[in-house]
This record gives sequence, structure tokens and C-alpha cells, in this order.
Amino acid sequence: MRAGDRLPPLEIPVTRTLVVAGAIASRDYQDVHHDPELARQKGAPDVFMNILTTNGLVGRYVTDHFGPTAVLRKVAIRLGAPNHPGDTMVLTGGVERVDGDTAVVRVVGANGLGDHVTGTVTVTVPGDTR
Amino acid sequence: MSDEQRYDELGARLKKFEGRPAALSGVGKDPVNAPMIRHWCEAMGDTNPAYTGPDAIAPPTMLQAWTMGGLSGHQGRTGAYDELLGLLEASGCTAVVATDCEQEYLRPLRPGDEVAFDTVIEAVSGRKTTKLGTGYFVTTRTDLRVGGEPVGTHRFRILKYAPAPRAPRPPRPRPVVNRDNAGFWQGVAEHRLLIQRCTGCGLLRHPWLPGCNACGSPDWDTLEASGEGTVHSYVVQHHPSFPAFSAADPADGAAGPYAVGLIELAEGVRMVSDVVGVPYDEVRIGLPVRLVFRRYDEELTLPVFQAVER
Ligand SMILES: [Zn+2]
Repeated sequence: MRAGDRLPPLEIPVTRTLVVAGAIASRDYQDVHHDPELARQKGAPDVFMNILTTNGLVGRYVTDHFGPTAVLRKVAIRLGAPNHPGDTMVLTGGVERVDGDTAVVRVVGANGLGDHVTGTVTVTVPGDTR
Repeated sequence: MSDEQRYDELGARLKKFEGRPAALSGVGKDPVNAPMIRHWCEAMGDTNPAYTGPDAIAPPTMLQAWTMGGLSGHQGRTGAYDELLGLLEASGCTAVVATDCEQEYLRPLRPGDEVAFDTVIEAVSGRKTTKLGTGYFVTTRTDLRVGGEPVGTHRFRILKYAPAPRAPRPPRPRPVVNRDNAGFWQGVAEHRLLIQRCTGCGLLRHPWLPGCNACGSPDWDTLEASGEGTVHSYVVQHHPSFPAFSAADPADGAAGPYAVGLIELAEGVRMVSDVVGVPYDEVRIGLPVRLVFRRYDEELTLPVFQAVER
């Protein structure tokens, strides 16, 4: 791996099922992640993906690319435009810098409203010191 | 006291929470376990083989999930965090959204690991106005351990905010007025519901047309409806919601289902209009109704039908 390497994009269809399944799998029962009416009362047009699901998808995006031996060291994300059902999030990423077998990957997940997530993932890929 | 001042005073009180513990010796509700790992991987679509089999590790990004209180609430929470959230709630910052998450993984978690954690309130921002509403960012840092050994840290930022007021209700669409129906709308403007009557054969008709369907005559005059009628049929519009139509009471503004009636007037013709003064799910065929003219905005008054008490 080298600085400047691009990861292939990953399209995530943001279904209502994904929003709810991700919230429950992460044990997040905030109503805005499963109840559209209560989400509207709180100013959102619909339910939206919780940050733990976004975090999980960003981690998956990086390990999908670097393979099962890759070890995640750090994941730091910031949320922007919410992921609502019916939208599609496209994850893109690039290797920002490499130190030995450890890389810092910058990841952006964009949906129809803008950037849903921006962040960096620090990942060690044993044996990959090119 | 102005809102500005109230919020500033609140901000000063909130600042004092910085550095106070939010959770002390919290314990994960479940040890790290294969079923929760599998549910997570299914939801995320994550097929990484590192997360299955006898040597499985947990997806590192599950870190926070092992500390979540779930429906039964958090363990090990100090009063401080609840007090902080309580102050925010009381000031109208009733909604919450997570904005940042920074996790560092010191070693993989494996099934059987029992996670303990401490959380500190790192920072409380000043008052911020965002697209969602006005509120405060609260940052916490959680240190996780297994058997005393540090396994990861988790920094989390939420925005606790007062939801911005919802957009004003959109106006109703305007009726299309043309040469053939102008007389009808002129009548409405005078609060008279006019039925067209063929002067050739006497047949009443609605909606207004240039000629008679029965005898073909182009000549007509009008008859003012008495205003009495019954619901001949109806539909309830559930989805999508049209806020301009959605509430029986225009002052209410709520989006939601509403009933559209096909009203049979006492004179025998039928017309489509709103049924008002009765919940949408209590509209029935045969319901007696009476004409009222309802003003929806500066330029729009419409004939609608009010349910009649019997
Ligand atoms: Zn006729």
C-alpha cells in the first residue's frame, strides 16, 4: 500500500431495514432511529442512521479492502448530512499516509444530501510494507 | 429574561460539568459474545471471516455497543451526566444527535471478554445554532478495560438541542378557474353553492360543463344548493402526507391522514370535497353533512362539508 492509493467505492443502499437493524445491533434504541413520527417531532423528516452503524460501515469498508488480516487501530468519524431511508451512501477512500505496515485512510461517505460521514481509519496490514 | 440570556446562563452552568465522571466502573450488560457479533455483521453486511469461527474477534467498531445500556438503561452512571442532560432537557434541548465518534483499539475483543468502563465528561461547548436547532455539544471519553487491562478508548460527541420550529404549513393548491366553471367559483365567492341546471331538459349537473350530457343543450341556469347532503362514498388519504390538506382544523397544522368525501347533495348531484368536523376514521357512508364555507387563507375559501350531529 502507498500514499495516494484509492479504495474502490462501496455503495450502501440506505434502507429502512438497514437503519433499524443497525440501531438494534448496536443496542441503540433512540426513537429517531426507528420511529418516523417521533423523528419528525424532533425536526428530522424521517428516521436516520445512528452513528454506531455508520462507524461499523466505515470499518467494514476498510477491512473489505485490506482483507481479514487487517487490524483496525483507530476509527475517527464526523457526521454531516443524515442517512435517511431511500438514499444511497457511497463510501470512497484513499490512503493518506503509510508508516511501515500501518496506513491512515481518509474515508468519505456521500449521500444525496451531501457528505454523511468524513473520517480517518488507521489500519495495520501485517506483512504489507511496500 | 431573554432567550439569549437564559442560554448564556445555562452555558456557564453546563461548563462546570467538564472533568466530572459520567460513568464509574460501568459494566457491559453482556460479555463479548458470538450472537451479538453475528447480528452486527448481518446488519452491516460485513462478511469478514475474522469475525466468525473458533478464533473469532469482535468487529473493533463494536466497541461502544458493549457499553450500551439498551432498553433497561445504563449501569454505573454517575448523577453528573443525568444532571447535565436534565438541565439541557429542562431548557428545551430535548433532542439529541451524535456528531463525532473517535475510537482507538488497543487489542481485539473476543467472546467471553467482560468489558468494564469509565466515562468522563470532557467538554461542553457554548451555545451553538445548527440546522437542527440550537443547543450544546457534549463530549465524553470512555476508557474500556477487560480484567483491568485497557482495551480501547471511545470519544463521543453529541449535540443536545432544541428542535427548530417546523416549516410553516404550505398553502393549498389554487382551484383552476376557466370559462366553463367561472360561475361556480363566483358563487363560492358569495358563499353560495350553485348547481348548473339545463334549461333544455331541467337536468341538474355538477361539476360544471359547457353542455348537457342528456339533451345536448348548451343553455343553462343555476340553482343554489340547500347545503344539506350525505356522504355517498369516501377515501382516506394516508400516504404520502400532504401537509396542506392533512388536518381537519387548519390551525392544527399536523400532517396525517384525511378524508375526502363524495357528497350527495339533497338536490341529487354529487361533488368531491373535504369532510370536516369529524376525525378521518369516523367518516362513514351515509353520514349526514352540511355545507360550510371555510376560509383557508387570504385568497382561498372553499365549500366543504361539516358532519351533522344527529
Ligand atoms: Zn338537458
